[in-house]
Amino acid sequence: MAADTTAPALPLAEPVPGAPNRPPAALQARAWLARRAEVVAIPVGAVVAGFGLFSLFLLVLGKSPVDFVNLVWRGGFGSPFALQNSLQRAAPLLFAALCVALPARLGLVVIGGEGAIVLGGVAAAAAAQPLQGWPATLAVPLMALAAAGAGALWIGAVGALRAYRGVNETIASLLMSYIAIALSNHLIEGVLRDPGSLNKPSTWPIGEAFAVGPLPGLDVHWGLGVGAIVCLAAYLLTERTTTGFAARIAGGNVRAAQIQGLPVGRLVVGFTALGGACAALAGFFEVAAVHGNANASLNAGFGYTGILVAFLARHNPLGIMPVAFLLGGIEASSGLIQRRMQLPDATVLVLEGLLFLVVLLSETLYGRFKIFSPHLWAEKRETSNGAAAAA
Amino acid sequence: MAAHSLSRRHLLVGTSAVALGSLPFARARAASPLTVGFIYVGPKDDYGYNQAHAQGAAALKAIPGVQVVEEENVRETTDVQKTMESMINLDGASLIFPTSFGYFDPHMLIECKKNPKVQFRHCGGLWTEANPKNAGSYFGYIAQGQYLNGIVAAHASKSKKLGFVAAKPIPQVLNNVNGFLLGARSVDPSITVQVIFTGEWSLAVKEAEATNALIDGGADVITCHVDSPKVVVETAARRGAFVCGYHADQSALAKGKYLTGAEWNWASIYKNFVADMQAGKAPPNFVRGGLPDGFVKMSAYGPAVSDAARANADAVKAEMMKGGFAIIKGPLKDNKGNEIAGSGKAFAENAIELEKTNYLVEGVKGSA
Repeated sequence: MAADTTAPALPLAEPVPGAPNRPPAALQARAWLARRAEVVAIPVGAVVAGFGLFSLFLLVLGKSPVDFVNLVWRGGFGSPFALQNSLQRAAPLLFAALCVALPARLGLVVIGGEGAIVLGGVAAAAAAQPLQGWPATLAVPLMALAAAGAGALWIGAVGALRAYRGVNETIASLLMSYIAIALSNHLIEGVLRDPGSLNKPSTWPIGEAFAVGPLPGLDVHWGLGVGAIVCLAAYLLTERTTTGFAARIAGGNVRAAQIQGLPVGRLVVGFTALGGACAALAGFFEVAAVHGNANASLNAGFGYTGILVAFLARHNPLGIMPVAFLLGGIEASSGLIQRRMQLPDATVLVLEGLLFLVVLLSETLYGRFKIFSPHLWAEKRETSNGAAAAA
Repeated sequence: MAAHSLSRRHLLVGTSAVALGSLPFARARAASPLTVGFIYVGPKDDYGYNQAHAQGAAALKAIPGVQVVEEENVRETTDVQKTMESMINLDGASLIFPTSFGYFDPHMLIECKKNPKVQFRHCGGLWTEANPKNAGSYFGYIAQGQYLNGIVAAHASKSKKLGFVAAKPIPQVLNNVNGFLLGARSVDPSITVQVIFTGEWSLAVKEAEATNALIDGGADVITCHVDSPKVVVETAARRGAFVCGYHADQSALAKGKYLTGAEWNWASIYKNFVADMQAGKAPPNFVRGGLPDGFVKMSAYGPAVSDAARANADAVKAEMMKGGFAIIKGPLKDNKGNEIAGSGKAFAENAIELEKTNYLVEGVKGSA
């Protein structure tokens, strides 16, 4: 599983027999930095290599890679408009990626976030109806809660199937996603349908009062801000709490976790449910900040791009933010590339696919480069100590 | 003094560099004063809905003074808003066609208000007087084409069972299913049409399954209303059934099994709109039309179409070209036995009632 490829926690300062002296803080920091550098350098290197391979692909097509990079810059990053475009596209990806990254801590590969997004959107739109007339400060969080609850239930069920029935979570989540989309269509075209929506079946509108606006001073809706906060919270949960630690142990070795008495089943259900809740929030923002009702446009494929984002970020919730921004930028520039280079939209999918492949391959490189090894720096410590002793 | 002249020289060099840099851009703009943007929800070579629009866009490229910019696979969310803004801000587009139904509300309406000088025309019939004046809708009465499909299908069918793969039970789709059945029944009143709804505009696996199920059930002519008929057409032809096309010309996919097809002819609408823009006036806000207006056309007859079928379909087509042809006319019941139109009652193609169709006529098997 991809999640257990995180570099094993090497003991930083191995107690050298007969050497009671602890390493100086500066050297310890250098060793720490070396190990962290690996986590950044390998994915960045992989992305660069992916772009390199893609350049070959462009050259075969007779197109200029330089033009391509220029247009990616112009379309995705080079101006306030381009930046906001990228950030806007990154917002739903933050939530969608967490639906993959959180279960991945337990070694689970959940790829059904799309269903949770759609279902979350429908739940939010449905919840808005009985809340009409309530103050928005109360109703909008309740809508978000309804969405999160629906998503948690859906993906949590996948976790429960895994934990208590041994059903493969990857297949189950994908099939549950199809069921969620079919169920949402059924609701949108059935009991929840606004009879006025003839040729594009939609739920009743949530109403202007409950619409979520843009971030102050930006043309990007609040999904981005909340997404960043949720990513941060997910990071704290996985890296800074005992629960997150327990989840990582269970992800590393289920038997060991069980012997330690960790509640593996509950961890699996809990983390998948949290992932589902996150994905569903993307649906909530699509409804509350973009569409104003739930309709078939909710099924826009964010859930699938989210898988790519999570893997590129190596399932680190903090890493998700820059990666989502990068992919948002690539998608934002896709239009300009189509229009200026006369390349089909699939070009960007080829790039994304290559990046995915190279990053997966790069997983095998961890621990292969000596430069990142803390032991290298530990050796340096010893030699410097030896030099000091000789002097 | 020296410093002053130096800075002035720098300034001159700087400005000339800027002028040089912007020259090709300025020239490009001068040579093509009208930039038209097209946005598609799927791939523009889908043998279907998007390809039909892309063919319309391609027809504009030949007009002098017109530059066409296109973007495919654009999601019906804020993505399409940003695409419109990008076309306006970076390409200087002044006429934009967001072609997918889901682009209208709220996305196109938001951009209309943000860019009052840009004209937006949307495919579908959603525009009303309450909407911005720089917005508009255009659409065609393609059920006429499905009626003609039905006539040709009835002549080709031996089992007297026809099949229809449909996306969603919305008025436009239901009108097409009804048109297909009624066209066929105008030839042979014993014919039935089995319809299967896939629930999605584009869902290849289900479309293939539905086609196979229809043929297993005895249908020997298949047509459809999904975004990309490619899968349906290829599957049906491989199983040996005849095919009537939809959206665009799919004859290349079915070879000898392709009878005819109901196609969009967006080029005629787009050319009119561009002519308006070049004449300095806004295109009309609400445009609809069918076969007589050149908004809809039929694929050329395939080799399997008999002379009798050709003569029959051509005669009805000639009737339609006069305008006011009523596909739905009484006495007519739906397939649950409720009366739709009493004797003597008829709905011409532009009847407002057809925008709200929620029934399948008697003879269609399946439920909306």
